[in-house]
Formats: sequence, C-alpha cells, structure tokens
Amino acid sequence: MAIENLKCKECGATYDLGAHFACENCFGPLEVAYDHSQLDPAETKRKIQAGSQGIWRYADFLPFEGRPGDPLEPGLTPLLRADRLAERLGLDAELWIKNDAANPTHSFKDRVVAVAVAKAQELGFDTVACASTGNLANAVAAHAAAAGLKSYVFVPANLEEQKLLATGIYGTNLVGVRGNYDDVNRLCTQLAETRPWAFVNVNLRPYYAEGSKTLAYETAEQLGWELPDRVVCPIASGSLFTKVGRGFQEWLDLGLVEGQLPVFNGAQAEGCSPVATAFAEGWDVCKPQRPETIAKSLAIGDPADGPYAVEHARRTNGAIDSVSDAEIRDGISLLAETTGIFTETAGGVTIGVLKKLAERGEINAGERVVVYITGEGLKTLDATRDRFRMHEIDPALASFEAEFRQEVTV
Amino acid sequence: MPVTVKIPTQLRAATGGEAELEVSGTTVGEVLDAVFEAHDGLRDRITQDGDLRRFVNVYVSGEDIRFQEGLATQINDGAEVTILPAVAGG
Repeated sequence: MAIENLKCKECGATYDLGAHFACENCFGPLEVAYDHSQLDPAETKRKIQAGSQGIWRYADFLPFEGRPGDPLEPGLTPLLRADRLAERLGLDAELWIKNDAANPTHSFKDRVVAVAVAKAQELGFDTVACASTGNLANAVAAHAAAAGLKSYVFVPANLEEQKLLATGIYGTNLVGVRGNYDDVNRLCTQLAETRPWAFVNVNLRPYYAEGSKTLAYETAEQLGWELPDRVVCPIASGSLFTKVGRGFQEWLDLGLVEGQLPVFNGAQAEGCSPVATAFAEGWDVCKPQRPETIAKSLAIGDPADGPYAVEHARRTNGAIDSVSDAEIRDGISLLAETTGIFTETAGGVTIGVLKKLAERGEINAGERVVVYITGEGLKTLDATRDRFRMHEIDPALASFEAEFRQEVTV
Repeated sequence: MPVTVKIPTQLRAATGGEAELEVSGTTVGEVLDAVFEAHDGLRDRITQDGDLRRFVNVYVSGEDIRFQEGLATQINDGAEVTILPAVAGG
C-alpha cells in the first residue's frame, strides 16, 4: 500500500505516521504523503464502484491499510441538480448542490471524524477530543460513542443551543469554554501536549483533514467520473477548501478523471473573513480577526490553512468572497425555496457568495458548478426566525377562508 | 523583568527537553532574543528574516500578540509567554 509518511507542507521534512501535526523545523503543517504509482486506474475504479456505500469506498486514498471498522460510515451524500436555483440567479449554468447535511450527524464533519477516530483506534488511544465550532463537536461525540471511546469536546460556551444538545446527548464530556473558537483552539493545543488523548483536529489533524478529500471523490464519481468547472465552498480553517482541491488533483494525476482542476470560489462571512481579506489584499498570511457573525461554524479568526486556501484560490483562477449576516439569512431562504434543502448559516454563506458570483457575471453559460452545502438548518434555528409568518386559524372553514380570503369557484 | 516562556513539544529537542524557560525582557522581541541566546537552535525554527514564521503563534498571558503590538508587545511583571504551532483546529 501506498501511505508513505507525514510530510511538512512548508519545508518537506518527513515524520513517521504517528500523532504529530506540526513540523519541528518550521512549525509547518504535516500532511499524509502517498505513493499511488502502483494503482491501475481501471482496476481502482472498479474497486470503488464495488465498495461500501460511504467514504470507505475510497479507502485506497485514505491513510489506512485497508478499510477500518467504522460503525457510523458517512458519505455518499446526494448530489442534486438545482435548476430552479440557477433560474432564480439568472444563471444559464449546470448547477449542482452537494448536500452534505445528509451525513450521520448532519454535517461534512462526519467525514473527517470517521477518519480521525479510526486512526485514533489504530494508534491505541482510548479517548478522543476536539476543539469545535459545533458541527465537529456533534461528530466527535457521536463517532466516539459508536466506537466505544471516551471523548472530551471543547466548544465556545455561547454556541447555538441545538449544537450543544446534539453533542451532549451522546454521553461525551462537553466543555463550554468562556471564549471564542480561537481561545478554545489554543487551550486544546496546550492540552494536547499533556493529555494522552487523540485531539482529532490537533495531534491527529493530518489524518483528520484527509477525510475532506472524499467530498471531491464523490463529486467526480456522481458526475459520471468527470470534474466540475467550478466549485463554491465555505472556508473556516481552509482545510476543506484545500483538501477538496487535493482530492480532485489526486484523481487527475492518477488518470481517473480528465481535464483540469475546477475554479475554486471560497465563501466566508463578513464578520469573520480573515481568508477573504488576505485574498483581497494579496497577502500570503492571514491577519487574525475577532469573529462577529451568525455563521458560528465558520467563525475561526485565526485559520490554520488560511494561507494555503488563498494560494489555492489564486492557482485555480478563483476567488474568496464574503457576505453579510443579512445575505446569509437570505441565502438560507433562497436555497430552501428553490431546492427543498434547509441549510445552516454556513450554507447561507455559500449560497450568498454564489449569488454574488452570479451578479458579477463570473459564471459562464453552460458551466458546471458544484456548491458544497456542509451543514443542516435545524442546527442554527435562530438564524431563520422571523423569516415568515404562520397563519393561525380556528378549526373552521370560515376561519380559513377569512385568513386567506379565497374566492370560491365551482 | 523575569518572564516564563512555555516551549511547545515540537521545539523541546532544541532546549534539551526543557518545557519552560526563565528569561528576562520588556517586550516579546527582547524575550525571544533572550531565548535564542540560551538556545540558538530555536532562532531559525521560530523566525525567518527577523519575523515570526507564518505558522508560529505567540501569546502573552493567553492573548495573541497579533492583536497587540506584535514583537513590540510589552511584557508585564509575572507575564507568561507561550509559543504554539498555528496549524491546529478547524
């Protein structure tokens, strides 16, 4: 098999396949390195198609020897045509929604956590942990429960109630930190030094991040082994954005798909837009911000992969845009009204940016566009309050007719 | 003034295994210079061309120095300086 080592993305130094995440020479992030030269494209394709109905059908591209036992396998979420949304946006494009809310805990985080928890078990940890803006908390608590591991989940204490409830119910140690996500993340980085735990997005981050590539593989497979021309993807830490790119690139390199990398459009909330700001300013680092947005799942003021996300957008002739809280709410409604998909605030950010691109005329006629919806609307209910009025009536025909003042025709 | 500097696991090979260093200085820059004087191997790991490397975070008593005055951030008596990798989270 083809997993080689952990390799620093900055200086190229290599490390063994243990629980390491930062380079000792330059602090750069470590990434799993593979050698896929022995894979035959036709055979690989057949193996994938005969594989399980989730992310482990792509086991050859994940950091394991064979398929780990994962009782809560995520993935193979629907890729849906969104013609009515395209029409509302005035687009003459082939628009698709990848609805990743259709995962076990209703966000794309099930993908990364499935990989990290399997790696934690392989490395002999009995406790998993994470620093989370909410969706990751849900996923770590659930996957730990399914795997029979102990868990500690650290979140900002002021998180949405739905995300707290959908974490605590799994029997985890839910820790609300009085601070923002970046405070939580710093605390967890310090705890990871002394506790013998697998922090999925700290010491296991190189493996965890690999799970996001499965979104790219699924997209290509569901499009009939073809690539989109453009993707629109939310950015928090920047890991999903860059790993979706890596997934497409791996399949291009292997010859499983043809063509070139899609244009990558990143989406952030104005109230937390360090990556969009770095892109606009032409910086190669992100200046940290103090988040102030309803899109709490994207509220990372100091994004670990921000510099790589900026580079990736530039390299693919893409861009990174941001939208206001009002545009986020409008985006949630627009997606719901035209596709039947109810997304959380992060999805509102992504749809808001799609709308911006449409208004700027950046999406060409006939382009095939895939939009990544990464989370579920029922987790961020506050964002959708006061968007409509319920008609309340008595259980009587007259009451209904009075409310709707309908003309009766025979 | 005396300052405690917390060294992350990744850098302890360069400090002979020490997790905390006691140095003195009035700004973050002075404190880091004192750290480099004691353990020269740390300089290139943390800085490049006189600036912090892009994946190095430095905190003074829990506060990211990029929200303060960067390397010119003043150190108060009893403050703790923490160096951490920036590549966690998300």
